[in-house]
Amino acid sequence: MKNRLLWPLLALAALLLLNLIVTPSFFSLRMQDGALYGGLVDVLKNGAPTLLIALGMTLVIATRGIDLSVGAVAAIAGAVTCVHIGTSGSAGTAIAGMAIALVLCAVLGLWNGFLVAGLGIQPIIATLVLMTAGRGVAMLVTEGQIVTVNNTAYKQVGAGFLVLPISILISLLVLGLVAFVTRKTALGMLIEAVGVNPEASRLAGVRSRTIIWTVYVFAAVCAGIAGLMISSNVSAADANNAGLWIEMDAILAVVIGGTSLAGGRYSLTGTLLGALIIQTLTTTVYTIGVAPEVTLVFKAVVVIAVCLVQAPKARAALSFRKVAVPS
Amino acid sequence: MLKKITTVAGVVLLSALTACGSGGGGGTASSGSGTITMGFAQVGAESGWRTANTKSIQDEAKAAGIELKFSDAQQKQENQIKAIRSYIQQKVSVIAFSPVVETGWDTVLLEAKRANIPVILTDRSIDSDDTSLYKTFLGSDFVEEGRRAGDWLVANASGPTNVVELQGTTGAAPAIDRKKGFEEKIASKPDIKVVASQTGDFTRSGGKQVMEAFLKSQPKIDVVYAHNDDMGLGAIEAIKAAGKVPGKDIKIITVDAVKDGMQALANGEINFIVECNPLLGKQLMELAKKVVAGEEVPNRVVTEEGTFTQEQAKAALPQRQY
Repeated sequence: MKNRLLWPLLALAALLLLNLIVTPSFFSLRMQDGALYGGLVDVLKNGAPTLLIALGMTLVIATRGIDLSVGAVAAIAGAVTCVHIGTSGSAGTAIAGMAIALVLCAVLGLWNGFLVAGLGIQPIIATLVLMTAGRGVAMLVTEGQIVTVNNTAYKQVGAGFLVLPISILISLLVLGLVAFVTRKTALGMLIEAVGVNPEASRLAGVRSRTIIWTVYVFAAVCAGIAGLMISSNVSAADANNAGLWIEMDAILAVVIGGTSLAGGRYSLTGTLLGALIIQTLTTTVYTIGVAPEVTLVFKAVVVIAVCLVQAPKARAALSFRKVAVPS
Repeated sequence: MLKKITTVAGVVLLSALTACGSGGGGGTASSGSGTITMGFAQVGAESGWRTANTKSIQDEAKAAGIELKFSDAQQKQENQIKAIRSYIQQKVSVIAFSPVVETGWDTVLLEAKRANIPVILTDRSIDSDDTSLYKTFLGSDFVEEGRRAGDWLVANASGPTNVVELQGTTGAAPAIDRKKGFEEKIASKPDIKVVASQTGDFTRSGGKQVMEAFLKSQPKIDVVYAHNDDMGLGAIEAIKAAGKVPGKDIKIITVDAVKDGMQALANGEINFIVECNPLLGKQLMELAKKVVAGEEVPNRVVTEEGTFTQEQAKAALPQRQY
């Protein structure tokens, strides 16, 4: 278990070290208007939505599923809230808007769950429906425009600070809750059981369908909160670009963290590390000044390297002493 | 592998040959009755500018009695190519589109040419040696926009000036040209240096995230040059969070002049905006009618646009349509 997290941890450390060498000021922290200010804080703030979505994704993947619709759901959440807020500056309207958006996201999660657990459609296809349709829905809500709002209460979700960015506090709170609920109760084990074999679990008395349904709703609500963060960070809802490709980042975070796409096993700490690696990578590209033309190649090389060292064969080759030690 | 290469080379050679052979064929495929149908492949709705552009095209098509088939490519070239192919199959009278990136259009435009469907480029150009692939290019001169931004900075900068640049989508014509025009002008003043340049994908969150990183990695930033208003607006947020005053501590130059940008300019948070006019629907419909009727059109039509300072923005804001 520990060994599995070692490599992602090393990758993260290596990325941070690269930043330290190229831009030593990256690690400097100071207080700015009651908020912590520095490169590391940016990583946490901008990584919060990815982390949150990756958390939902971890549980979905643990049941041997996948949710491609999270980016679209995030866009819908931002769109609905911003349209509801409109020109209002009151905190009440903002909270009401966010509540409406999250309820809607839960409904979208129910839809995904219905397709997967109810109708038995393969998850990748079932969620692909919402991935494409969802963006259309978000565009309809915003009428294709970027909706700008000016609401201090709403701004707190994505750009606010309680010393640390509020967005990362929310994500870490959700991480804590998930860890508590799934690891301190039997729920985590049941989710893994469903991932290993849904039919066998059902015969053993596990309510497979309810569990699958629940993880999709949870993933959608996580995506909704992430969507609120993304839109609140710039005080605008951009139906086209908000959360674009974030499902890929989330899946990548989950995989880097050592959760198997085949289901039946997951690591929340791994997902946390995975999300941090991805955001650090993006921030590194900006800070060390990688030319925009080669950005994607740079990212791909890092991701391939991280995945390679985690491959069973590479791990066996790298742990010299522990090869073939039967217990 | 070798076989594949020869096949590809063969195809390229063949298409080059046909391209040479079919020049001068002026006939157009008209769809049924006298009404003109236009297939328009839009880039997406990535900014307020783009949505104003879309609306202008839709409204003016209706006003001109042209039947419009509209598609949104969500910033992806493959979607645009698909849309253009489907327009060719539907035998529309004229195809218009804003190419999301500059290169890679030759094949699909050749298909349009073979089907005798004239093509009009709007707002962005393509990079191709074969200018017979499209009838005309209607749009802004992005290099000129970059030059105007550069001119303002050269006139207003005093002493050593460090500029950070927020580029548009990598490979997009406005990003390449606005960078080029700007660099051309500031070259006359060695005091002005671009210390960092990174893509913000023309979006607010992109602009904000890149600017946040710049503020940490660059010890001294005097000017932000953003390739569109939205990235500039994102940068404003990042500058505020760093405890600096946008427009004063760090000057901001952007391109586009959409409403939110103009508002920020009037509020003193942006210092100068170069206009890029999205309302080209009317000119497009006029051109389309001429092209379908087989009339000669100039191969480059530039839209009319200006620049705005803070005072001009205050005066112009009430009548702004987008």
